[in-house]
Amino acid sequence: MTGLLDIRGLRTVFHTPEGAWAAVDGVDLTIRRGEVLCLVGESGSGKSVTGFSTVRLIDPPGEIVEGEILFDGKDLRQASDEELRALRGNRIAMVFQDPLSTLNPVLTIGEQMAEAITAHRRCTKAQITEESVRALARVGIPSPEVRLRQYPHEFSGGMRQRVAIAIALLNSPDLIIADEPTTALDVTIQSQILYEVQTLARETGTAILWITHDLAIVAELADRVAVMYAGQIVESGAVDDVLDRPCHPYTLGLLKSSTGTVRPGERLHQIDGNAPRIDARPSGCPFRTRCDRVVPLCSETYPLRQENGDRAFRCHNPVPAAPATSGEVLP
Amino acid sequence: MTSYFLQRLIQSIAVLLAVSVVVFFAVYGIGDPIELLVPPQASAAERLALIKRLGLDQPVWSQYFTFLGNALSGNLGTSFVHGVPVVSLILGRLPATLELVLLSMITATVVSVPLGLYAGLNPDSRPSRIIMAGTVIGFSLPSFWKGMMLVLLFSVWLGWLPTAGRGETVTALGMQTSLFTLDGLKHLILPTLNLAIPNTVLMVRLIAAGAAEATTQDYVKFARAKGISRRRIVRRHILRTILIPVVTVVGIEFGSLVAFSTITETVFSWPGMGKLLIDSIYQLDRPVVVAYVMLTTLLFVGVNLLVDVLYAALDPRVKLSGGMT
Ligand SMILES: Nc1ncnc2c1ncn2[C@@H]1O[C@H](COP(=O)(O)OP(=O)(O)OP(=O)(O)O)[C@@H](O)[C@H]1O
Ligand SMILES: [Mg+2]
Repeated sequence: MTGLLDIRGLRTVFHTPEGAWAAVDGVDLTIRRGEVLCLVGESGSGKSVTGFSTVRLIDPPGEIVEGEILFDGKDLRQASDEELRALRGNRIAMVFQDPLSTLNPVLTIGEQMAEAITAHRRCTKAQITEESVRALARVGIPSPEVRLRQYPHEFSGGMRQRVAIAIALLNSPDLIIADEPTTALDVTIQSQILYEVQTLARETGTAILWITHDLAIVAELADRVAVMYAGQIVESGAVDDVLDRPCHPYTLGLLKSSTGTVRPGERLHQIDGNAPRIDARPSGCPFRTRCDRVVPLCSETYPLRQENGDRAFRCHNPVPAAPATSGEVLP
Repeated sequence: MTSYFLQRLIQSIAVLLAVSVVVFFAVYGIGDPIELLVPPQASAAERLALIKRLGLDQPVWSQYFTFLGNALSGNLGTSFVHGVPVVSLILGRLPATLELVLLSMITATVVSVPLGLYAGLNPDSRPSRIIMAGTVIGFSLPSFWKGMMLVLLFSVWLGWLPTAGRGETVTALGMQTSLFTLDGLKHLILPTLNLAIPNTVLMVRLIAAGAAEATTQDYVKFARAKGISRRRIVRRHILRTILIPVVTVVGIEFGSLVAFSTITETVFSWPGMGKLLIDSIYQLDRPVVVAYVMLTTLLFVGVNLLVDVLYAALDPRVKLSGGMT
């Protein structure tokens, strides 16, 4: 199975005086054209590092040490700096988590949009303005012509994130990597942005890698979902499939702890314990210390990836097929 | 904006008044100039006449108010020693100092921006370590010692450069300047270097720290994710942010260089304002010292105001409003 983006065995480590710790530890991930893939997992599971590794925006002490990042058939690990630069923001665009810090405070919005265009193609001033205005209008920013001349501090957090998304759209990329772009925003703005992004993906055929830890967003937005734990993808597949019939106990735990599944009066379930720190991961299956389906084999080997069509998971003792969830996830 | 300037104006006047009180009484306390001014063979009557003429027979507070009254009409007094108005005496020395200060500020900026950027952007490289080690040395050596070492090295041992004075000068724009003669330029090199070193190292450190911090900012990473070239990121995103603290330092340092180039001017016998100040202190020439401090204060206040205005131009988040001080 090949897609627009095929990540194979990606391993990204952070070097410390005590050794190299793998934040991403053998990740396989496929995204097809026009598809929205949600990457979910607890804090520290390696979602952001996976996103940044995809465009090789990993700075020391971080290093990508293994794997292939096939984008449109070309391995980005072999790409030169200039090839990467030409790709970033043009064919693969990113939106960061914190809208307050992603825009340069001392440059106008117009300049920050213009440079994103001129970095990749020659354009007249009029064309640049026209395209910038169109992109801002598309993400629902009123009076875009005026806004172009303003500075980031004149925008609210939600508006700044829209600007960041507008910048990502400027060059009609094949893939947008959005790293929890709505976490800092309030719920109404969040769902507005989700709706717009979904529409865009449909209209333009842009594929989206949406990083989040919120299953409600996954249910609302995703075509497919990949669940990440301790630097690995523990389960992936079509969104309905995974959310309705989770195979991995971790996915089940996430579903149970998601607010959408709880009926009024019922207590919110929590997965016991904390995610292991990057430098203290258990041997064998890293989830075994928190798992209620643990078997002796779990501490010996990390389960191999079991594939069934589009569905894949890594567990020695998967959740039985009978629906174990108490309800379905509501958006 | 207007109320802001009004507020700043009132503040500035208050500062000038406070400084005038402090410096006037301090200088009064240093010593009695009359012994230095009267020739030993002068008669008692001549001596009294001189005291009266200089106003030294008045009580100190009355002297102060006389000074203040005159100052308000732009007259800061007459030099005891030279017998000319101190303002014209000091301003007459200004071009020499200004020339030295401007040249060393330009040198410091031209040298420190590339060095600081390089060190900040490649913190682990060997040249960067050498640059940063150099700044520590530049910081810790006292100015007079550096000056004398420069003289020793370039004038005494190598014999390349002259040790003292302005050399040959020409008149440009109504001012004497050493900038346009070869001899003058040769005389300028060592004092300029000596004056520029502390500011260069300060700015290198400031720019390096700023650049290193800016590279870790999300907006720089975002710019990289947009595919912006490294060149442009450094020029537009990083340099632009660092410019704000650099402008502050250049502003403040400009003021303090004009005011305190005294050591360098003394070491190199450069006939500027600083040398005049030192000479006047030795001769207890009170009006010159007081006027010098007043003019320097005025300069500082003016430069600070200018820096604030530049700030607002550079950083869109800064609004000049009455509420800010
Ligand atoms: N610059 C860094 N230096 C050292 N370790 C890092 C660095 N960046 C990330 N890590 C480590 O990599 C691991 C994964 O981090 P990552 O930011 O990808 O998590 P995440 O899943 O995005 O979490 P969150 O939901 O909190 O954003 C973490 O354990 C973190 O400690
Ligand atoms: Mg993250």
